[in-house]
Amino acid sequence: MSTTTGPAASDAAKTAPGPGGKPGPRGPSTTRKDGGRGKPRLGVQNLAGWLFSTPFLVLFTVFMAFPILATLLMSFTDFGLRNVTNPLDAEFIGFENYTKLFSDEKFLKSLFNTGYFVVVGVPLTIGLGLLVAVLLNNGIDRARTFFRVGFYAPVVTSIVAVAVVWRFVLDPADGLVAGLASEVGLTAPDFLGDEKLAMPSLILMAVWRNMGTVMVLFIAGLQAIPTEVREAAKLDGAGPWHEFRRITLPLLRPTMLYATVITTIGYLNVFEEPFVMTQGGPSDSTLTVSLNMYREGFNFFHMGYASAMAYVLFVVIMGITVLQLRLLKDNTK
Amino acid sequence: MSTATRPPAAPPPPAAPGPGASKAAGPSRGTGSRLKRPLLYLLVSLGLLIMAAPFLWMALSAFKTDQDLTASPPVWLPTEWTLGNFERLLDRLDLPRYFLNSLLVATLVTVSNLVFCSMLGYALAKLHFAGRNKVFGLVLGALMVPGNLMLLPLFVLMSKLQLIDTYAALVLPFAAGAFGVFLMRQFMQSIPDELLEAARMDGAGEWYIFWRIVMPLVKPALATLTIFTFLGSWNNFVWPLIATNDPDKYTLPVALATFATDPNQSAGSNGMLMAGSFLIVLPVLLVFAVLQRHFTQGIATAGMK
Repeated sequence: MSTTTGPAASDAAKTAPGPGGKPGPRGPSTTRKDGGRGKPRLGVQNLAGWLFSTPFLVLFTVFMAFPILATLLMSFTDFGLRNVTNPLDAEFIGFENYTKLFSDEKFLKSLFNTGYFVVVGVPLTIGLGLLVAVLLNNGIDRARTFFRVGFYAPVVTSIVAVAVVWRFVLDPADGLVAGLASEVGLTAPDFLGDEKLAMPSLILMAVWRNMGTVMVLFIAGLQAIPTEVREAAKLDGAGPWHEFRRITLPLLRPTMLYATVITTIGYLNVFEEPFVMTQGGPSDSTLTVSLNMYREGFNFFHMGYASAMAYVLFVVIMGITVLQLRLLKDNTK
Repeated sequence: MSTATRPPAAPPPPAAPGPGASKAAGPSRGTGSRLKRPLLYLLVSLGLLIMAAPFLWMALSAFKTDQDLTASPPVWLPTEWTLGNFERLLDRLDLPRYFLNSLLVATLVTVSNLVFCSMLGYALAKLHFAGRNKVFGLVLGALMVPGNLMLLPLFVLMSKLQLIDTYAALVLPFAAGAFGVFLMRQFMQSIPDELLEAARMDGAGEWYIFWRIVMPLVKPALATLTIFTFLGSWNNFVWPLIATNDPDKYTLPVALATFATDPNQSAGSNGMLMAGSFLIVLPVLLVFAVLQRHFTQGIATAGMK
């Protein structure tokens, strides 16, 4: 209890010049609905507030804010392997990395692949997650927890383990799918070795893995809908489909928005699936922007160039997120 | 100051928003029409089976002999149960070491998140300090920045600090996450101000209030944060992959991925890979099955506006 404050009286005296160098109480606006009792302690709270924030802010500054800025600075330099030991020797080359990016076929391909992943993967993930949530919430009263745990389990498992298992399941020689196909007289394709099928296979795996998160979000959203609203709709003669379209879906919009945004951000960053499953192949058909960045940065040590990629991806993510927030918000009207 | 000075009429711990609501709304909502019920169960069970199939395949394959692994048509149950895959994997990989590395890193990350995120969460929820909104804005912003953006300078920074291949490099970048702050703030907001004010009137300092009054009240949130952070760290892959070159510092996923993507090592070793995956996944699934309520709660809370 070392930080125990003095008696209230001495506090009141201290409030005038706030400890943070700022004026303590900013007039009546800072007094709260607690009847003004907090007012005399505002100076102390100001100091305490900053002391409580300090550990996070220090870690945030060193390991997040600084790297974010440093990536930006690095993207305008020819930062390479030698600069890992001498960062300040990196040469400023303006927008050269960025202009190079947009004539780099490999990068454009990775951009396309990432877009493909998002455009196909997000609707599938959201759709299936919503479907399962609605089914579990509206018709399953027994073993509901069991089902929920089952559908959510892939989310909590290591992506590396998941990828290793899926590689095995999809193996054209002795994988599960190939075996099942041969049972019925079919030949399973080489999912991960075929340029056209590799990406859909990764998407399938991502949908399988991430659907649970979306499902849990939708279940929480569904349970926030007051039962009365749905019962009223039912009394008015709304069938299940009508009730879903007109009542449930509109009320789920905030959840839908959140789920779509986080899924999109996650898929735009997709890295682990191609890294462990295909290493970007065959012939770069599963090379995503993140994987491309990783390779340029940590395999070839073109760190300036890789930083430019990271920022292009960042800008794309910000842009798409803002766009989604707009589009989905406006729809509510 | 002893706990006796605490106001006797302390309100009960704030109910966690997620599960409380879910329980109230849960069983009472049997809306689907009776006839379709069996069909519904069949559908959902089928879906669940598809979801579980890769896990089952993995778990069973871990105990198969090479003949069973390559059998066509595939056999689900091993004709002969064997621990050979685990033994061979243990010969090739120093699994106990990687397990301890993962455990140590995840524990350190979790403890530091619990302390630091709670501290800031408390400040943001309950302390009126100048700049509070700016700090909260920072936290929200940090939630949105993709982790990959920071990898390159973090690597350079860790190299400069000569921390590559140390536990510090694995722990520090994750020592306080924005998600944790957000989660703790959400929960702490539901603690009545009157309770804290009463303690302040009794002369309690902010640290005392935080540590002795607020923290015990948010135990469910701490449980949620513990599970999320621990499993997040346990499953973390990209940064440990970058921050370690020395196999002695590998975490389980890095060790397994390095093994799996090296064709020289892992050729014809599906059995070993399944055994390795099984060992990474099993503890997580067990912990999750037992504590799943907290997950649902955490996701629901973070998703709330």
